[in-house]
Amino acid sequence: MWIVAFALPALVPSHALLVNEIVIVALFAMSLDLILGYTGIVSLGHAAFFGFGAYAAALFAKLVMPDPTVGLVVATVLTGALGAVASITILRGTDLTRLMVTLGTALLLLELANKLDWLTGGADGLQGVVMAPVLGQFEFDLFGKTAAWYSLAVTLILFFLMRRLVHSPFGATLKAIRDNRLRAMAIGIPVASRLVTIYTVAAAVAGAAGALLAQTTGFASLDVLAFDRSADVMLLLVIGGVGWLYGGIAGAIVFKLLQTWLSSVTPQYWMFWIGLLLVLLVLVGRDRLFKPRTWLRKT
Amino acid sequence: MLTILFDGIAYGMLLFVLAVGLAVTLGLMNFINLAHGAFAMAGGYLTVFAMQRFGVPFLACLPLAFIVVGAAGALLERTLYRPMYAKPHLDQVLFSIGLAFMAVAAVDFIVGSQQQNIQLPEWLRGRTEVGDGALLLGMGHYRLFIIAVCAVLTVVLQLILSRTRFGSRLRAAVDDPRVAAGMGINVNVVFLATFAVGSGLAGLGGALGAEILGMDPTFPLKYMIYFLIVVSVGGTSSITGPLLAALLLGIADVGGKYFIPKMGAFTVYLLMILILMWRPQGLFTRKGGK
Repeated sequence: MWIVAFALPALVPSHALLVNEIVIVALFAMSLDLILGYTGIVSLGHAAFFGFGAYAAALFAKLVMPDPTVGLVVATVLTGALGAVASITILRGTDLTRLMVTLGTALLLLELANKLDWLTGGADGLQGVVMAPVLGQFEFDLFGKTAAWYSLAVTLILFFLMRRLVHSPFGATLKAIRDNRLRAMAIGIPVASRLVTIYTVAAAVAGAAGALLAQTTGFASLDVLAFDRSADVMLLLVIGGVGWLYGGIAGAIVFKLLQTWLSSVTPQYWMFWIGLLLVLLVLVGRDRLFKPRTWLRKT
Repeated sequence: MLTILFDGIAYGMLLFVLAVGLAVTLGLMNFINLAHGAFAMAGGYLTVFAMQRFGVPFLACLPLAFIVVGAAGALLERTLYRPMYAKPHLDQVLFSIGLAFMAVAAVDFIVGSQQQNIQLPEWLRGRTEVGDGALLLGMGHYRLFIIAVCAVLTVVLQLILSRTRFGSRLRAAVDDPRVAAGMGINVNVVFLATFAVGSGLAGLGGALGAEILGMDPTFPLKYMIYFLIVVSVGGTSSITGPLLAALLLGIADVGGKYFIPKMGAFTVYLLMILILMWRPQGLFTRKGGK
């Protein structure tokens, strides 16, 4: 599957930008999966980290140095630090409280990016980000071939790291926390520190995804922090299946293709069909929706 | 100074009417309804069209919005929402966001994305000023009207909840649906009625707020966050909690925008996060319950 993915930009050069976008969204979805699918934290504000990473990478390239790999690492580390700070907000309370504080964090950052217009360009977005060639060798071209390969490579590396993480004993304790927090505490799992760690990791990965977007498009705007993005990524993760890293990838492919197709058919109203899909998904149940054979049978 | 306080209170009252239905569904049925704003939008658009196309007077529009949106809410509760009560929160969130998206796109398709305004009747347009200097209190008549309506509504709601038979049934159904059902209370009907009233109130709030908040298709998403703040900060176990939270939010928002415009909505979000970290269950919650 990964070989196919790497071959895609060469096979269909006209869609390399789309491939790039799908890869970035897939990485973003996987980072959400770490906290939503594996740890059971409902977050409506994951775009906060995506957007922060994007702005960090764009600003770093603009103000410090244009090298993409260094920028990527810097953005990832910074976003991880932000995630560590933000993680204290999700330790207490119920699902609703967490929903609100995550959403609040995202909105806070959105508002900040909007108001600090001397730094971020405000509503116009941050323009004029010029990236140096990757590793000093591969120039970013207009058709996004290099961009797609760059994103693919980063995603592949992070994917294997994340898979290692969730299959480790550490990952098992996360699932224990998800399934029964009280019992997890009783058998001696340090719940709070586990939550902080995974939230930080998830934030860092989301930041990396944001950084990839900013670097490959050479642009960062308020859109990367918007609520729609948090909702979209949650949706595509649910389409693909939570608690399963490939779910993020599958969801990203389905969602992005669907979005591209729908917005070319009905440019303005694709939101309606996405909404309808969500409602059906929950009412019918994901397993049944994607297995047409079971439609006629009673549950 | 007092004018800002006054505007803040009016805004807070409006938010309260909009959000109280959400407080009811959230606190009572433990259902996270992110599509609540869609009901408010329905009420607002209903008012706009009833006034523009059919020349219905403004005062008649308010009960109309309440009844029609309440009926729509009842219909949706029976068909779509009821199976969702038992589902996990993630499913509820996705489901109701989906509904909100559909509502946004549908309104965009039918009406168009431009902002709609309503013409207020003559007697609501004026402005009265009392006092002078720093104590100048300028009261827009319309805002005065909103405060009056909302105050009456609050008192009536509180009385219904605490004094009537329906209120005690509702509270029983909230505390323990199974036992309540065992005592011969038809929990489904109680919830249906509550949901209808809640969405009707949202419709009424939308109709009242069409002039102040503005009506455009993104309304449900734009104000969803405010409703959620009111509910989560106020706690969901009483009417007074959300009321106080709404007033606080209204005053903080109007005051913040006036005194430190550079900060914008920043203060509100920061305040919310801090409050929720301090009291995760909301500011005004009673002990016990569930």
